[in-house]
Amino acid sequence: MRLVIKGGRIIDPRNGLDTVGDLLVEDGVIAWCGQHLPDAMALDGDVVFDASGLIVAPGLIDMHVHLREPGFEYKETIESGGRAAAAGGFTAVVPMPNTNPATDNRAMVEFVARRARETSPVRVWPTVAATRGNENELMSEIADAKEAGAVAVTDDAFPLQSAELTRRVMEYCATFDLPLLTHCEDKTMTRGGVMNEGLVSTLMGLKGMPRAAEEIQVARNIRLAELTGCRLHILHISTARSIELVREAKRRGVSVTCETCPQYFTLTDESALGYDTMVKCSPPVRTAEDVDAVRAGLADGTIDAIATDHAPHAAHEKECEFQAAAFGMVGLETALGLVLTRLVHAGVIGLADAIRKMTVAPASILGIPGGHLSVQSPADITIIDPDERWTVDPEAFQSRARNTPFAGWELRGRAVATIVGGQIVHGDLVRAPRGRVRA
Amino acid sequence: MSALNRNILALREMSADEIQLILDQAQEMKEILSRPIKKVPTLRGKSVVTLFFENSTRTRMSFEMAAKTLSADVTGFAASTSSVAKGESLKDTILTLNAMKADAFVIRHSASGAAHFIARHTSARVINAGDGTHEHPTQGLLDMLTIRQHKGTLRGLTVAIVGDIAHSRVARSNVWGLTKMGAKVRLVGPRTLLPADVEQLPVEVHTDLRRGISGCDVVNVLRIQMERQDAGLFPSVREYAQTFGVNRSVLREAKPDVLVMHPGPMNRGIEITPDVADGEFSVVTEQVTNGVAVRMALLYLLLGGSNDASGH
Ligand SMILES: [Zn+2]
Repeated sequence: MRLVIKGGRIIDPRNGLDTVGDLLVEDGVIAWCGQHLPDAMALDGDVVFDASGLIVAPGLIDMHVHLREPGFEYKETIESGGRAAAAGGFTAVVPMPNTNPATDNRAMVEFVARRARETSPVRVWPTVAATRGNENELMSEIADAKEAGAVAVTDDAFPLQSAELTRRVMEYCATFDLPLLTHCEDKTMTRGGVMNEGLVSTLMGLKGMPRAAEEIQVARNIRLAELTGCRLHILHISTARSIELVREAKRRGVSVTCETCPQYFTLTDESALGYDTMVKCSPPVRTAEDVDAVRAGLADGTIDAIATDHAPHAAHEKECEFQAAAFGMVGLETALGLVLTRLVHAGVIGLADAIRKMTVAPASILGIPGGHLSVQSPADITIIDPDERWTVDPEAFQSRARNTPFAGWELRGRAVATIVGGQIVHGDLVRAPRGRVRA
Repeated sequence: MSALNRNILALREMSADEIQLILDQAQEMKEILSRPIKKVPTLRGKSVVTLFFENSTRTRMSFEMAAKTLSADVTGFAASTSSVAKGESLKDTILTLNAMKADAFVIRHSASGAAHFIARHTSARVINAGDGTHEHPTQGLLDMLTIRQHKGTLRGLTVAIVGDIAHSRVARSNVWGLTKMGAKVRLVGPRTLLPADVEQLPVEVHTDLRRGISGCDVVNVLRIQMERQDAGLFPSVREYAQTFGVNRSVLREAKPDVLVMHPGPMNRGIEITPDVADGEFSVVTEQVTNGVAVRMALLYLLLGGSNDASGH
């Protein structure tokens, strides 16, 4: 089957493309991408979609999600998370290994990959836990997991506390050329903490998590990356000083990248006033000064990528006392809308830059395929209406979970279609009128 | 119709006018407590449930006395020994109790924000009797009532609150209540027991006890929890008593007619010396009486008694 996407604004940051043109998909791969499709290439029987007024982008890649399978299927599964990803415009996701049992060995990586093949409408690139059982003691069989398909090693949700262990994991990652994705948090400083430490935690009488707990580990991990030559990627960066540390390290040529998530450029700790458990996440949302720094870091390129840290939870895990509530919020179905509304339409970063941070940047950090629209590459495509106004309705989510602080928010811009390997996995594309099929 | 059209969750969320109304009403209630027969029919037919997820015999009894004096029906629910111990969620507990149609819930809970959470899931009026390290509004009100009785007004007074500010719901309620009523508040304690960004509150912050209470009209001494030492927030009880314990010598820095308050129960010899705790400046027992009066006032104002409060 052939698919023609006509007349959209094609933005492909890796190939430096930003033009109104056509895209031809044949046998699941991109056969033409650029200005007007040559008449000679158009055939009778092509399915033609009219993309005028829409953005045609490489399929979005979310390099930080929690799919909860195996072990917590009541929160989310690889299937439901995959559908949520497709609905949000993502063609590939990278699940974190804090499953039960942990994704910490070849068999578990193979399980995730197989369940993804069987059930997920989008691509799933597994990761492997840095330590066995996420226990911060023994290193996982990283090389074996890589052979089974793991694309990165990560301590997400169980930050490596010992500098010595972190050093050895980094050396091992460097040996097998895998990036280490680190959640930076000194747990001795955050024990019992449920939100950012500051004026708001003081007003609410809640135990705070100081920004220094993140910054200390960002600094330490950067230093260890220098020592070991490991490719270090910092997950969900959230404070002004953390970003400053990365900026300075990059200037010195250290191999470090970082991501942030929509909550960190959108919310401050004041949104927790009233004890709204939906805003409880880790790292916690910070202050206005940090939000400004995250925006500045996105604008100047210090922050390479935008991920979601999609963290689904069942209703009862959030409908409780703030200190008892689970950490995290879902993000797959709101991320693009928040990026467009809060960053692009707000003039913080350009559209092409936003797409870069959600496509080629995560792909190159992880060394995975995708993230561009080169001819002969798999047809992973996201078609975006940058101006559609819509209201976030958790009841309409494809995710099993509803835990979002953005319910009822009006956003501008969303994915109207998601195409994975030439298959439409989300959206109703409007077919071009017959007369427009042939030029 | 009730005069206070809201729950009592936090003094930070209340206006000076509302606080004034409650204090004035409490003054009237105190008169009932001084009668030989301490019972008026004001809240007959109203049901009040005291829901204590954390033990506090004093506060619970104070609320029960208040409700019974106004002839409300009081049911106690000690959650630590019932369904919560079996793993029932707070939401389930509230939905069950809500279905029993109480008019008011009095909540004590170890989680900050628990009273707010409960208020969202019930149609009954909610009074926060202390939630975690957030607020204890009725304690704040009874402290204000006590000060007002001695000093005539709150406006222009300087009140020092001494001790573990970081973990004190009493301190938080006092800060908001007192400053809204025109008093100046000083918070005094070691840096480790002061909460983050405390300087951004409308208070003066002191880490030296003598300087902190110098010239004060009131010194409100907080109870020190021994487990804070285990958490590494101060080196020893002995050192705490020496540097932040309120004794007669230190008290000379304050005004000659200083009031010494304590929310109880006191660790005599630690945060307060016995001679101060039981001395001429202490108004600790009056605080207890005023606690009943304040709670009567709140129940009356929230539940709207059908008769005149004073019962004629
Ligand atoms: Zn995560």
